[in-house]
Amino acid sequence: MARLAGSAVVVTLALLVLPITFGLLGTLLPAFGYLPALGGHSFGLDAFASLFAAPGLIDATILSFMTGLVTTALSLTATLLFIAGFAGTPTMSRLQHLLSPLLAVPHAAAAFGLAFLIAPSGYLVRLAAPILGIARPPDILIPHDPMGLAMIAGLVLKETPFLFLVTLAALPQIDLVPARRLAASFGYGRIAGFTYLLWPALYRQIRFAVYAVIAYSTSVVDVALILGPNLPGTLATRLVQWMSDPDLTFRFMASAGAVVQLAVTLAALVVWYALERCCAALLRLSRDRGCRFARDAALRQFSAVVIGILGSTVFAGLILLAVWSVAGLWQFPDLLPRDFTIRSWTRALPRMIDPLVTTLVTGFFSTLTAILLTVGCLERENQTGRTGGERSLFILYLPLIVPQITFVFGLQLLFIGSGSQHRYAALVLVHLVFVLPYVFLSLADPWRALDRRYEIIATALGRSRLIVLFTIRLPMLIRPILTASAVGFGVSVGQYLPTLLIGEGRLQTITTEAVALASGNNRRVIGVYALLQTLLPLIAFSLAAFLPALLHRNRRDMRV
Amino acid sequence: MRHGDNRSGLSLSNVVIRLGSDTLIDLSAHVSSGDVLTVMGPSGSGKSTLLSFIGGFLDPVFETAGEVTIDGVDLLALPPEARRAGILFQDPLLFPHMSVGANIAFAIPADVKDRRARRHIAACILAEMDLAGFEKRDPATLSGGQKARVALARVLVSRPRLLLLDEPFSKLDTELRAQMRSLVFAKVRDADLPVILVTHDEADAKAAGGVVHRIGPGGQPHA
Repeated sequence: MARLAGSAVVVTLALLVLPITFGLLGTLLPAFGYLPALGGHSFGLDAFASLFAAPGLIDATILSFMTGLVTTALSLTATLLFIAGFAGTPTMSRLQHLLSPLLAVPHAAAAFGLAFLIAPSGYLVRLAAPILGIARPPDILIPHDPMGLAMIAGLVLKETPFLFLVTLAALPQIDLVPARRLAASFGYGRIAGFTYLLWPALYRQIRFAVYAVIAYSTSVVDVALILGPNLPGTLATRLVQWMSDPDLTFRFMASAGAVVQLAVTLAALVVWYALERCCAALLRLSRDRGCRFARDAALRQFSAVVIGILGSTVFAGLILLAVWSVAGLWQFPDLLPRDFTIRSWTRALPRMIDPLVTTLVTGFFSTLTAILLTVGCLERENQTGRTGGERSLFILYLPLIVPQITFVFGLQLLFIGSGSQHRYAALVLVHLVFVLPYVFLSLADPWRALDRRYEIIATALGRSRLIVLFTIRLPMLIRPILTASAVGFGVSVGQYLPTLLIGEGRLQTITTEAVALASGNNRRVIGVYALLQTLLPLIAFSLAAFLPALLHRNRRDMRV
Repeated sequence: MRHGDNRSGLSLSNVVIRLGSDTLIDLSAHVSSGDVLTVMGPSGSGKSTLLSFIGGFLDPVFETAGEVTIDGVDLLALPPEARRAGILFQDPLLFPHMSVGANIAFAIPADVKDRRARRHIAACILAEMDLAGFEKRDPATLSGGQKARVALARVLVSRPRLLLLDEPFSKLDTELRAQMRSLVFAKVRDADLPVILVTHDEADAKAAGGVVHRIGPGGQPHA
């Protein structure tokens, strides 16, 4: 048992570190000309020369860099203001219920929903049309605006709930109530008091998540394809074009581009680190001068309104997806379709079966493996009494902080180079790299929170570790385990880039199919795919909520 | 108490538990079957570490020395699940996902294989605790006193070699505390087990009636 749990730790570490290491190597070598499978035998900088000769590369690079920083700054500010203003209040728990399900909505679906809202013929314009007397969709480039504002908005929609929930999870570890009272008794505003006394400790706990948001939004592909500028696109979308170009010599350029992408993300992280320092210094300055910012009611309300708008935007987008998927004729500026039909679904369905099966199988096996490994690691921690501490948390976040595109591309080249035919297994393995951190982070807190005396009693009653694990701990943790599984499944369903690169067009999932529709403009089909993409994780979360309730319907203390 | 004590009962010889430079426990004692050794000390004095040490659950940050034998068997050489050291905590800690009957059945030794026999054992012990017919009940629906009795039944039915009581009465209200005290001590005398009781309540020590070992300010330890 101890050996089993110990090997789970080794496998987990290997899964988190090795794909990134080999993937980066597999990207770096071709970038400098070495890729025997494609006839590259000598080292050189030719790939970089042709990369920098590509038109618009500088613009694309700056766009990626700025998108990352602006998205992260906006999402973090919205999170900080709201939590500082409302932590521990009923408003907080109300909005928490609104935001939690948002985490399950795949990025692509949220982005499509936003596009349906803000496009020239989208719902917002339709709503305004009768008032402003608009008869035809205005001729503006939204989404796909050259500044990438629509893309940033789409990212903020998803990253704010993520940071919000990560912060919420860290909140119990700080002394909220006494600090609030203390700050109030000295006449500090709620936001200022929270930021002075609690935020530094809280930020230290969530900063890897913040770095993950920076890395994600500097290198995102699916949201950039749906909402971002087209010509030129972001650096990452250009890379994907080259990576999937039938002319294989483009792979060298793509590799060089991936190196640049790594540098862009790294630069964004370094700049963010400098910003962290500046903000900390400003905060200290303001604190030491005793600035109280007592009148912050307006700012607090503003922050609640912002969070409310973010949440309702995603929900409105999802509803629009649903309506479009069953819409018959729906002309501008009508607010509702003239008639409803399930034709979009019946037409799409036969073509959706294969991708759906791939999605379910990949999600199931990557999640199951992630759960087994996580349980093994946590059981090992239970036995040795040692948590991995800061370093293991960093390793856990590593696949989320190193941009996907920089190492998954290398993995693709290695996969091609190896001549392996086990494409399905490779896909599950690559998904696992991204599912594992989320499953672990989701399950670790409830696992550590379970009263250890239950296990002590069971062991003292003469039961072995394995039996205690299976009869006491796992059944008692069935709800968080199923929730972690739903999280993991949702992460797998949402994976676009790894599926695209490792699947190489021979394995499609609902997500790759949905994103591929972005270039066309068939709202009905997009509605079908994006809705299905949302429904899959949603069903998983519903099962995670419903099954324990059914299983333990006669056990009051097992309800939450 | 010296090495190789072959008397029946529980022998602790030169048991020392340290945390850094603090000596929390330094104790030699013999507890005969049916007797209670009470370890008294204020909360935070580390008295519960003695029970964790004997049971095999002590956090590795503590340094330990000494021998513990039961009826001449070296207890510390056994893995925790083979020591058969029954524990009662201040909370009943009934497994919330199992019925009362399943909680009891979980504790019945594996050598009783026949299902009817196992069910019979559970029914008997519940009846003994004035809980006849409670098998199907959800532990969450029981009163505090009933939960405490199920916990006691659960530990007794596991046929322990010794009992470790970790302030088992401290969370009960006054009236219930007196009842549970007399019930627990009567049952362990019937079962003829050596018992170590850890408490900060003088009344517990008086009811237990055995040797009292004091630690922390006003008592031991001394090197």
